[in-house]
Amino acid sequence: MTPDSDQPLLRITGVKMRFGGVVALGGVSFDVGYGQVRGLIGPNGSGKTTLFNCISGIYRFMEGDILFEGKSLANVPRHEMANVGLGRTFQNVALFKPLSVRDNILVGAHHLAKSGFIANALRLPDVRREDAAAEERLNDLLDLLDLRSVADIPAGSLPFGTQKRVEMARALIGKPKLLLLDEPAAGLNHSEVDELAILILQVRDHFKLSVLLVEHHMSLVMRVSDKVVALEFGLKIADGTPDEVRAEPEVIRAYLGDTHKEPVH
Amino acid sequence: MKTSWIVAFLVLLAAVVPTMTFSGYHLFQLTMVAVYAIAILGLAILTGINGQISLGHGAFYAIGAYTTAILMASWDVPYWATLPVSAAVCATVGFLVGLPALRLGGLYLALTTFALAVAIPQILKHKLFETWTGGVQGLVIDKPEAPFGLKLSSDQWLYLFTLGVGVILYVLAINLTHGRIGRAMRAVRDQPVAAEAMGINLAMLKTRTFAVSAMYTGIAGSLGAMVVAFVAPDSFTVFLSITFFVGLVAGGAASIGGTIVGAIFIEFVPNLADLVSKAAPGAIYGVILIAMMFLMPQGAGGFIGMVWRRLVR
Repeated sequence: MTPDSDQPLLRITGVKMRFGGVVALGGVSFDVGYGQVRGLIGPNGSGKTTLFNCISGIYRFMEGDILFEGKSLANVPRHEMANVGLGRTFQNVALFKPLSVRDNILVGAHHLAKSGFIANALRLPDVRREDAAAEERLNDLLDLLDLRSVADIPAGSLPFGTQKRVEMARALIGKPKLLLLDEPAAGLNHSEVDELAILILQVRDHFKLSVLLVEHHMSLVMRVSDKVVALEFGLKIADGTPDEVRAEPEVIRAYLGDTHKEPVH
Repeated sequence: MKTSWIVAFLVLLAAVVPTMTFSGYHLFQLTMVAVYAIAILGLAILTGINGQISLGHGAFYAIGAYTTAILMASWDVPYWATLPVSAAVCATVGFLVGLPALRLGGLYLALTTFALAVAIPQILKHKLFETWTGGVQGLVIDKPEAPFGLKLSSDQWLYLFTLGVGVILYVLAINLTHGRIGRAMRAVRDQPVAAEAMGINLAMLKTRTFAVSAMYTGIAGSLGAMVVAFVAPDSFTVFLSITFFVGLVAGGAASIGGTIVGAIFIEFVPNLADLVSKAAPGAIYGVILIAMMFLMPQGAGGFIGMVWRRLVR
């Protein structure tokens, strides 16, 4: 499909979310374009993860809308998100620990196949065909993400950095159009963060997808993002290229603080 | 892969030999091992692989047993034809039990299924169903004769029949749990939120897994009824459900091969305990169980898997 020139891949318009009396998102709007790496930054409690969860359907937002290729995600069931074209990783890594790396990644291809219980129990030809197709993609990903040597090892026994790559592979095998990365740099050491930066761009180019990157790690976001949006207290305080956002006084204040702290409305 | 087929073939060959050599009672015990193995396999698919704890699988075993007994006693249905009916009935009941299971996680589900196991003997005794179930007396059914003029006793034929059904069910279960659906079952057990984000419909997967599980244990119940040639409510108390659970854990919850070890355990260890001490077989049983948990923390399945990997490497 050819992307419409003025329609972005993901459009977030005036999304509001409250938990009891607490306003987690006070009407946030921004776009993620085709092929774009979009950074989403903000201090703790600024609403990054809430917004992330609104996009992936874990929370249902109260006002506004989230459009994916022009269609609202408001009522899409969570298990349909992968079909729609959303792939994601998790903040604290949510791998299937006892399963091998291979099986972990293959679960990500679940929605691409249709065979049910009976077809699987009888191992009908359709099942074999689906398996072969998934295996092929798996093999590409094992090489791309340098996981071949650990393919048969239980995912839970791997170092944290490797687990994050497994999660990325699991999201990518499902052919997402938008990859949601929830703090991929958390818990990584310096050199691993460098590798991650290269990997994100590599993945974007190789799979021709867009990335929404939620991250604390400033230098990573600024290095890989085409555009960055900054949140504070559930409101957008900056939106633009990394250089523009970095120069924004509100962002500097939110991150570095000032001596006479005033609430932002 | 080839080696596993050879091992499977040898195990099968070893399993057929007793038909000719074993006496009646030992053959009966061996047949019950096959029956229990299928029952525990059903539980392993649900609890070990999909992570839904059931302490009430004796209920499905009872429903399978009664379905077969009623069909044979009241309608003269041939024994083999009761199996598909029993499978369908138990799968349906399992599916329905699986619906509330969606809202009840972990321990609450365990208690709910436990309640089912508590209720089933009383339901079977109830006046409303007495004409079919025979009430407290239960039902006596005829043991099937060997077909095609085979020179086998009823017991010998039933052993081979149970073994044959078992082999088919194991092959189907291995296929099911080693493909896309099996991966999804395990994924849901380990990380439901992530599994859902990968496109797995949790409600559909869990209820269907419950149905398959109940179907397996129900078929085991049907076979058990044929082997014992008798069903009565008090054969299906809560203790049966707990026994299946013991077999599951002893075998290694998520291991398909381990279910056979689990079945051997629950069939023979009580006898063994009885031999050791007539006065307190329960205590001996407990000691053996605890010792087993210490020596094989992953159950027999995990232990065998470990030895297997050492040998292959």
